[in-house]
Amino acid sequence: MSTNVIMPQMGESIAEGTITKWMKKVGERVDRDEPLFEISTDKVDAEIPSPAAGLLTQILVKENETVAVNTVVAVIDGEGSAVAVPAATEPKPETAHQGPIHAAPQAAAHIPPPAAPTASEQIETGEDDVRTSPLVRRIARENNVDLGQVKGTGLGGRVNKKDILDFIEQRGPGTPVAPSAPAPAIAPTPSPVSFTGASQAVPMTPMRKQIAEHMVASLRTSAHVYTVVEAEMTRVVAARDRFKEEFERRHGIKLTFTSFFVRACVEAIKESPIINSSVDGTNIIYRRDVNIGIAVALENGLIVPVIKRADEKNFLGVARAVQDLADRARTKRLSVDDVQGGTFTITNPGSFGGLFGLPIINQPQVAIMGVGAIEKRPVVRDDAIAIRHMVYLSVSYDHRVIDGATAEKFMGRVKKILENWDEAVL
Amino acid sequence: MPLLTYLEAIRQGLWEEMERDPSVFVIGEDIGVYGGAFKVTAGMLEEFGEDRVIDTPISESAIVGAAIGAALMGMRPVVEMQFMDFIACGFDQIVNMAAKLHYRWGPAVPMVIRGPSGAGVHGGPYHSQSNEMWFVHTPGLKVVAPASAYDAKGLIKSAIRDNNPVIFYEHKFLYRRIKEDVPDQDYVVPIGKAVVRRPGTDISVITYGAMVWTALEAASELEKEGLTLEVVDLRSLLPYDEETVLASTRKCSKVILLHEDTRTGGMGGELAAVIAEKAFEALDGPIVRVTAPDTPVPFAPPLEEYFLPNTQKVMEAARRLAAY
Repeated sequence: MSTNVIMPQMGESIAEGTITKWMKKVGERVDRDEPLFEISTDKVDAEIPSPAAGLLTQILVKENETVAVNTVVAVIDGEGSAVAVPAATEPKPETAHQGPIHAAPQAAAHIPPPAAPTASEQIETGEDDVRTSPLVRRIARENNVDLGQVKGTGLGGRVNKKDILDFIEQRGPGTPVAPSAPAPAIAPTPSPVSFTGASQAVPMTPMRKQIAEHMVASLRTSAHVYTVVEAEMTRVVAARDRFKEEFERRHGIKLTFTSFFVRACVEAIKESPIINSSVDGTNIIYRRDVNIGIAVALENGLIVPVIKRADEKNFLGVARAVQDLADRARTKRLSVDDVQGGTFTITNPGSFGGLFGLPIINQPQVAIMGVGAIEKRPVVRDDAIAIRHMVYLSVSYDHRVIDGATAEKFMGRVKKILENWDEAVL
Repeated sequence: MPLLTYLEAIRQGLWEEMERDPSVFVIGEDIGVYGGAFKVTAGMLEEFGEDRVIDTPISESAIVGAAIGAALMGMRPVVEMQFMDFIACGFDQIVNMAAKLHYRWGPAVPMVIRGPSGAGVHGGPYHSQSNEMWFVHTPGLKVVAPASAYDAKGLIKSAIRDNNPVIFYEHKFLYRRIKEDVPDQDYVVPIGKAVVRRPGTDISVITYGAMVWTALEAASELEKEGLTLEVVDLRSLLPYDEETVLASTRKCSKVILLHEDTRTGGMGGELAAVIAEKAFEALDGPIVRVTAPDTPVPFAPPLEEYFLPNTQKVMEAARRLAAY
C-alpha cells in the first residue's frame, strides 16, 4: 500500500508552500513521524514528519518549488505495517497534526494556529460542536439540556427542534426542577471571594444556577399559599430519647427527628392523596407511590434526595433511607435516580434555628412541608402553663389544586400523628 | 350565500362599488361592448352607461394617464389591463406619476389598476407573467393579489376605497376554477393583512395568489405522512403582513416561501430577508424558496408545467426541509 505525502496546510490562510529541503532521497527508508522534508510558507518554516513508514519511492516536487496546499509531493511505499493513508484518500492536513512541527528559528515567534480540524475531529462531541441552530441552542439553554446528550435525527446528525423538544418531553418535567438534577456530581467548592474592589462578581456554580432558575420558575408556576400549625412533640421526643441508643446499636443508624416527620407525612398523605399529586395542564396527576424528598443543605447549595415508595416502608426502613440519602448527599455520591421522582418534599429550616420557614414548592410537586426548630415552650394545658417540646410545621401548597380546607386537614393529621405518636420505633 | 367564481366575485365587487359611489368608473380596452377579454365587466355598460364604462384605444400609457387625471380631479377610476403583461406600456405613468404625485405635491391618487396575471393556461411569455414585484419595489403604490373569491371581492372594494394607487393582481388560472360562497352584501378585506389558510406546526409555507391552492394541496398530502404545513396567504404584497409572517415563522421554525413569480428578486427574497433580520433566533433550518426559475414563461405546455411550481415540488422541498 502506498501513501501520498501532501503539502500540509500550516495555517488557515496559507494556500501554498515551498519545499526548501528533502531530508530523504528516493529509495531511502523512512519511519513514521520521521522528518521528511522542510517547507517554507508565508508564515512559518517547518519540518514535516512522514505520515507513514516505508520506502520513499517518488519525490514529485523538487527543492525550492512552490506548490498549493494538498498537492502530492511524494509517495511512500508502505511495508504493510504502517498505518498508511491510502493514496486515494482525500488529502487531509494530517501531517501538520501528527508529529510535532518544528518551527525554524527565524519564524519561531510566529507559529500559526494549527490547521483547521479535520472532519473526523469535528464529529467528536462536546456541546459546542453539536450541529444545530441558534433556536435549538436557546431551547437547550432555557431547559438546562446538554446538547451532547440529545440524539440528532436531522441531516448529518443535526439536532433539530423536534429532537430537543422530544428529549425534554421524555426527560419529563420533573428533572429540571430545583436541586434535583444531577448537579450534585459537580463538587461546588466554595469559591473564596477575594475582594479587589468594593464588590466582586463571582459566577454561579451550576447548582446555584439551577436552584435559582427552579425557584423562580416554581413561584411563576404555582399559586403558593402557606399555613403553619404548631405540634407538641412530647411523645416523639420521649420515644427518641428512650430508643436512640438502642436503635443505633441495633441498626447502625441514628434515630433522627426527620424519620418521624416522614412517617407522619406519609400516613397523612394516604388520607389526602391530592397532596401527592402534580398538575399537567388541566389534569391533576395523582401518584400511586409516595416518594418523599428530603432537603439536605450542602456547603454551597442544597440537594433533595428522594425516599422512593416511602409508603411501603416501616419506621426502620424510612430511617435507613433517610440516613443513607443524607450521607450520600453530603459526600456527593447521589445518583441521578436518587434525586428524581419526588412527590412531596420536607425541608428543615429548624435545623438552623428557624422557628418556621415558608418554602418554595419543589416542582412539579404541589406541596412542601417545612419543619421548624423543636424547642421547649410554655403552653397552656388544662388551664395551666406547662413546658412542652413544640414545633411549628409550615406547609406551602399549590392553590391551583389544593384548597385551604384540604391543606389544613392534611396538616391537622400530621400534627395529630406526631402528638399521639404510638408507632413502634425499634 | 351565493356560490361565485373568483371572476364573478371581482365583478360583484366592482358592481357594488359602482352602485355605491358615482365617482367610481371603469376604463380599459374592450371592457364595454365586449365586456372585457375575460368578461369581468360584462353587463356593466348596459347598467352604468358609457360615461362610466369607457372603452379606450390600445394605449396603456394613455389609459393610466387618463385615470390619474381623473383621480386627481376626485374620481375613483378602475383601470383594466387586458393582461397584466401589458402594464409595462403604462409603466412610466404608474411609477413616476401615480406613485409619486402625493409625495411630490400632496394630492391623493385614488385609483386601481387591475387585470389578469399568472400562468398555467398556455398563454406563452406575453400573456402569463407574474410581474407584481415591479410594483412591490415602487414606494407609493399598494399591491394586492387575492387567492380566493371572497378575498377578491373584499380586496377590490378596499382597493377602490383606498386613497392610494393600488395594483390589483388577479390570477387568470383562478378566474373560473375557484368557486366559493361569497356574501352578496357589502364587506371589505383589509389591505396589508395576511390570513393563515391552514394551521400547522412543522413548516410554514408563505405564499399568495394561485400558489395558495398548491400549498394547501401539498399540506393535505403531507399530513398523511405526519408532516403538518401551515399555509399563510399573504393577500397583500405591499404593504405585506410582516406580523403574520414572523408569527408563523416563530411557530414552525422552518419556512418555505412559495411563489409563481421567477426566483431572483421575487417576493420570497424580500420575505427571507425580513425573517432573517427579525426571526433569526426562531429558525431551525434554512429558509427555502420554491419558485419558477429565472426564465420567461414557456409556451410549450410540458415546458410550462416544468417551469411552474406545483404540489409535487412543494412536497419535495417540505420533506427535505423537515428532515434537516
